[in-house]
Amino acid sequence: MKPITKLAGCAGALGLAMFAALPAWAQDAALQAPAAAPSPPTVNKGDTAWMMTSTLLVLMMIVPGLALFYGGLTRAKNMLSTMTQIGAVACFAMLIWVMWGYTEAFGDGGGAFISGFGKAFLKGVTSDSTAATFTPGVAIPEYVFICFQMTFAAITVALVLGSVVERMKFSAVMVFALVWLTLVYFPVAHMVWASNGFFFAKGALDFAGGTVVHINAGVSALVAALILGKRLGYPHERIVPHSLTMTGIGTGLLWVGWFGFNAGSALEANGSAGLAMINTFVATASAGLFWMLAERLNGHKGSALGFCSGIVAGLVAVTPAAGNSGPFGAIILGAIASIVCFYAVSVLKPRLGYDDALDAFGVHGIGGMIGAIGTGIVYAPGLGGPGKPDFNMGHQLAVQIEAVLTTIVWAGIGTVIAIFIAKAVTGLRVSAEVEREGLDLGEHGERAYN
Amino acid sequence: MKLVIAIIKPFKLDEVREALSDVGVAGMTVTEVKGFGRQKGQTEIYRGAEYSTNMVPKIKVEVACGDDLSHRVVEAIQQAANTGAIGDGKIFVLDLAQAVRIRTGETDDVAL
Repeated sequence: MKPITKLAGCAGALGLAMFAALPAWAQDAALQAPAAAPSPPTVNKGDTAWMMTSTLLVLMMIVPGLALFYGGLTRAKNMLSTMTQIGAVACFAMLIWVMWGYTEAFGDGGGAFISGFGKAFLKGVTSDSTAATFTPGVAIPEYVFICFQMTFAAITVALVLGSVVERMKFSAVMVFALVWLTLVYFPVAHMVWASNGFFFAKGALDFAGGTVVHINAGVSALVAALILGKRLGYPHERIVPHSLTMTGIGTGLLWVGWFGFNAGSALEANGSAGLAMINTFVATASAGLFWMLAERLNGHKGSALGFCSGIVAGLVAVTPAAGNSGPFGAIILGAIASIVCFYAVSVLKPRLGYDDALDAFGVHGIGGMIGAIGTGIVYAPGLGGPGKPDFNMGHQLAVQIEAVLTTIVWAGIGTVIAIFIAKAVTGLRVSAEVEREGLDLGEHGERAYN
Repeated sequence: MKLVIAIIKPFKLDEVREALSDVGVAGMTVTEVKGFGRQKGQTEIYRGAEYSTNMVPKIKVEVACGDDLSHRVVEAIQQAANTGAIGDGKIFVLDLAQAVRIRTGETDDVAL
């Protein structure tokens, strides 16, 4: 294993973040340089400022970004319910994160699937604690790293809700979030991003969370929607977005926030962040237009929702590739992901008959898989990617596919458990009367519009 | 007295209003409505899912006028709202039995 290459390739710097704290590594360093005590890693104020900014950008993706994006796609009677579910599970995820999430994903030591629990309730973390970046000797404050990763956990659990809105009880959503984060999100984040994680050790590439966030959320969304069942009237009644204007605003906020997501995953304000930034521009631009093109080729008009959907599909697909692709590889990746996602939501979904209300699986799940597997291709230096000249595409593709399949199985099983616990505790689904009247009044006692 | 009810395309409202002012109509009531005639409806497509709606958004204009004015009112609306395309709408004329101005209690032609 070539740690430097791997680290440079994998945004999950978490691995690196951890490596300074690993006793084995510290011992090695001490053995190699017995004369001079290793100097502590330097915290650069520029890096720190960028990471704090990135963290806030990702927060902006949740409320208002995702809340408006998803809210606009629901019916007017469920607008507040959708926004509230997203905001509330994000808040819950933040609290769980500092209690046992951070230590479960990035704590001290641990194995291939979860980390140790020595940092439960942030034990031992102070304002002087640091987390390593991809550059040896460069660190960021650990609190900043904790906050940055916290926003990822918060938005991922919120993404899952896209398939189950308009019919799931608010209490069920909260119970589901608790169990799902613990059983699914934290272990997968550890596997992909921690230096001793299952996928990381195999060399899987995932710059900003294509596997951890999007495949994970998308597959979980599909499983949850299948167990929960279809909305009343679907697909015979007219169930259409109540405000594509809101969805458009949400799309813009998601795109801007995604720069924190992707370029922030370099963990430093450097060229790797710059590469992630340009890829996040061009892959998304390509995907937004290609979805509309796919609509035209299928005899429809190029639509606003198609444009917004394409933007998100492109953002999803470029997430694992952000720092692992050249700009032109990213453009191709965005275009392919957009077209495949279009067929997933317009052909595959109706044919299979599941009710993924806001296409969380169709866009995040499918787009994430295209992105994760495609990253194994666009990483190649011959295609403009940052891979080394001896890059072995066949091997890398096998690793990427293995990570995707493992995540699908893990997320699927974990979601089944989480949904059935939520069902046992809360009953899971609102009554038919509440569903007809709308969850805004039925679950929260207020209306979005008066 | 007559009550003229016209169902027109929404974007034609301003032209109809101007034409009626030229005729000398003092007031009108406008409502956003939905309906269908020979135009049948329209299809909306969201992420590939097609929804056929048989109700099309229209504007309903109601004008009360004296018997002598009603022909000119109908003519003005018919010309102003006409695009030549399907879905331009319809005009209905009803006999109006009584009109009262609430503020003054005036009735019939004086109240219009």
